[in-house]
Amino acid sequence: MRTAIFQANFANLDKIRGFVSRAAGDAGMDEREVYAVQLATDEACTNIIVHAYGEKNNGQIEITCNIQEQGLTIILHDHGRSFEPAKVREPNLNARLEKRDIGGLGWYLICTLMDEVKFESSPEAGNVLTLVKRKGGST
Amino acid sequence: MEITTKQFKHCDLVTVKGRVDSATAPQLDEAFERINKAGHFKIVLDMGALEYMSSAGFRSLLAAQRQCRRYNRGEVLLASVPKRIQEALELAGFTELFKIFNDATTAVGSF
Repeated sequence: MRTAIFQANFANLDKIRGFVSRAAGDAGMDEREVYAVQLATDEACTNIIVHAYGEKNNGQIEITCNIQEQGLTIILHDHGRSFEPAKVREPNLNARLEKRDIGGLGWYLICTLMDEVKFESSPEAGNVLTLVKRKGGST
Repeated sequence: MEITTKQFKHCDLVTVKGRVDSATAPQLDEAFERINKAGHFKIVLDMGALEYMSSAGFRSLLAAQRQCRRYNRGEVLLASVPKRIQEALELAGFTELFKIFNDATTAVGSF
């Protein structure tokens, strides 16, 4: 298990992606799976930076990578504003160019790229997002 | 991330190298906006040296395509899209919004 703490700003996305890619590689994932892990984590952290903390507030994101036999579990922990996953509007992926809306795309990608996504929140513990990616999976 | 722009007779070629995410997408936005401000709306984006693109980059592409396709004055073509990025674009339902070419030369020639 490895844990790192990052300041929640866009400039750290590169380092964050590097941290989870290394874990995904060490877990024995192939290139496609490593990319999926990077992208899902990036989208999750972008959401934390923009929505949980609000871009101006430099909170922290604690990221834990747990390498298991079947794959990788990534836990993202922040102390920003919470949200309700059920309320995130699904992006309209079939709409024409003018009507295409981008809201909710990050969350949609996270849920599509990862095999399991779990979000828990409490005033004491803060927000905990758990992402599970299995090796040799379908995405 | 590096962006270079080259003007051809019928279009502008934007070459992006490196990684496009929330930190760097504004630079891509700027590159497209600069071309549009100059009155050009036919753009080829060469993605051959692109290593990574998140939804922030997809937003940039969408905004650029909307601007360019208005009044039928042009469009953004994508060239040499790396496999992983193409897969993500497909997941996001973006591949139907853009014509995709195997290489920039053919894309430029199509205008």
